[in-house]
Amino acid sequence: MTASDHPQAIDRSRQLFLSRSTLLTSGMLIVGMVGVLVLNALPAASPLHVSSATVALLGKYFTYMLLALAVDLIWGYLGILSLGHGAFFALGGYAMGLYLNAQTSPLPGWQAVMSWFPVAALAIVLAPGLLALVFGWLAFRSRVTGVYFSIITQALTFALMLVFNRNEMGMGGSTGLTRFYELLGFRLASEGMTVALFIASGVAVLLAFWLCRAIVVSRLGRVSMATRDAEARVRFIGYRVDHVKLALFVVSAMIAGIAGALYVPQVGIINPSTFAPLFSIEIVVWVALGGRATLYGALLGALVVNYLKTVLTGAMPDAWLFILGGLFVLVTMALPQGIAGLLARRRGRQEASA
Amino acid sequence: MNPIASGRLERLREFARPDRVFDFMAPAQSPVDVRHGPILYLEDVSVSFDGFQAIHRLNLTIDDGELRCIIGPNGAGKTTMMDIITGKTRPDSGQVWFGSRHNLLTLDEPQIANLGIGRKFQKPTVFEALDVTENLELAMAGDRRIWKTLLARLDHEGQARIDEVLETTGLTAQRHRPAGVLSHGQKQWLEIGMLLMQRPRLLLVDEPVAGMTEPEMHRTADLLTRLAGQQSVVVVEHDMGFVRSIARRVTVLHQGSVLAEGSMDEVAGDPRVIEVYLGGDEETA
Repeated sequence: MTASDHPQAIDRSRQLFLSRSTLLTSGMLIVGMVGVLVLNALPAASPLHVSSATVALLGKYFTYMLLALAVDLIWGYLGILSLGHGAFFALGGYAMGLYLNAQTSPLPGWQAVMSWFPVAALAIVLAPGLLALVFGWLAFRSRVTGVYFSIITQALTFALMLVFNRNEMGMGGSTGLTRFYELLGFRLASEGMTVALFIASGVAVLLAFWLCRAIVVSRLGRVSMATRDAEARVRFIGYRVDHVKLALFVVSAMIAGIAGALYVPQVGIINPSTFAPLFSIEIVVWVALGGRATLYGALLGALVVNYLKTVLTGAMPDAWLFILGGLFVLVTMALPQGIAGLLARRRGRQEASA
Repeated sequence: MNPIASGRLERLREFARPDRVFDFMAPAQSPVDVRHGPILYLEDVSVSFDGFQAIHRLNLTIDDGELRCIIGPNGAGKTTMMDIITGKTRPDSGQVWFGSRHNLLTLDEPQIANLGIGRKFQKPTVFEALDVTENLELAMAGDRRIWKTLLARLDHEGQARIDEVLETTGLTAQRHRPAGVLSHGQKQWLEIGMLLMQRPRLLLVDEPVAGMTEPEMHRTADLLTRLAGQQSVVVVEHDMGFVRSIARRVTVLHQGSVLAEGSMDEVAGDPRVIEVYLGGDEETA
């Protein structure tokens, strides 16, 4: 190891917003987005043409990447393993779903306010945010940590799944919300809309990445890493650990909500299966595979796993869950730092082993 | 009178004490009042865990600026006492005051820490993923609220303070190394350095020289003696040689209460102390 030869220099970029990895990730996101758009604009006969179906698929991946980012912010940097982040994603999705439904026929009761886009937009961030605030406040104040917290987040998303399955909720019961036609006055089933949603999702990923990056390079980010590693010590130097956790948990839930809202018009449906515990666990697998506490690892993991899922569920649908499970075991045993750790090691950087 | 009613009456009396304002009216973050002498005052504190009496009617007074050593055999209640002072454990009965204004039993860990009580754990606990400077930066006294912490930047004054503490603890050369790769002794000093960054009025130091080599021990002794005077320091230690080298006043704990108190020589000569602690095999290093 070279670690013992040289005085181990810490990666100073950790305190720098514009680090190498930030620039690289932002650059790749922008280039990827523009590239896809250019290839999509090529005539359909061209061999390099990217179809609108692919653009829509990539747009969906962007929303998953956003969701993975939300999980990495609290899992990677704060040590809070949420196995219920699908719930926040779904809430954002349902808020968007109600708005989309309201475009075709007026909604009953209180739901009528959702026909107005500003209200819907507010609900997209506030519904998950408020749930996270109340849930987090109760959990963190009682110092529920570790696996116990993970279990109650599973219970949370499962309970919500049961509630949203009921027809009395007015959320479409087990069918969920579907039959969306218009968004902001534009037809959803148009090529222009596909491209617009793709761009919106990509920009959202970029902005959320910068927001998370700004948080983790701040002193608050260092307090959260300290909390992850030695919670009691942080309390004894005078930080309110429960407030730190609550703040980041709420931000994370809001990002997940926005991801859900962007997801729904692109896939055309939102139903209670999004609340299913399995989906929330899948998100964690994306982040674990990509590499925790790097942010770009989460983006990478979400992209890789979901691309594999698309390919493999087409090729051998029955095998997918086994492959997903196998991937998780493989990563846990062979690549505890995920793909990001592998990349870091290949660059000969120490941050992977530190 | 039945015990519940008398308990209620007691609480009412406590609430309406004529000698001070209502608790809810007293400013929480007001400076520590040591005009009446002691900075830390424990009276009749008792706590038991599942029937085990860890602390039994403990009385302890620490004066402002004092360096006090607390010794005692395993299970004497030293760490539990620190847990009570820092808000980690609530006693079953008794009173704990910081200065004459702050009732520590009504506050939680961050509030107590922000009042100016710093604590060093028995096992060195530093933030291993962060480097030495960052560890000190987090401990630096300042506004701990979320928004302020998010926007906080290390200013020149803070940097100067960090440099000063790096100098004091002898960690200047290690400033950019991750705390996780420091040696055991260096971690202990870093933790003491973090305490210094907090600018505490009272430092509670739990076994600072456990696992240290002889020269490291001397340096730690030097560090702690320099601190006393500006701050009050309470050191819990097993190593008698070390205690002898720094102590002015020693308190011996035994089975959760104070057995003896005085200078090291007085205490060492006390037959009861010899009986429970020093007797048998004397732990002189």
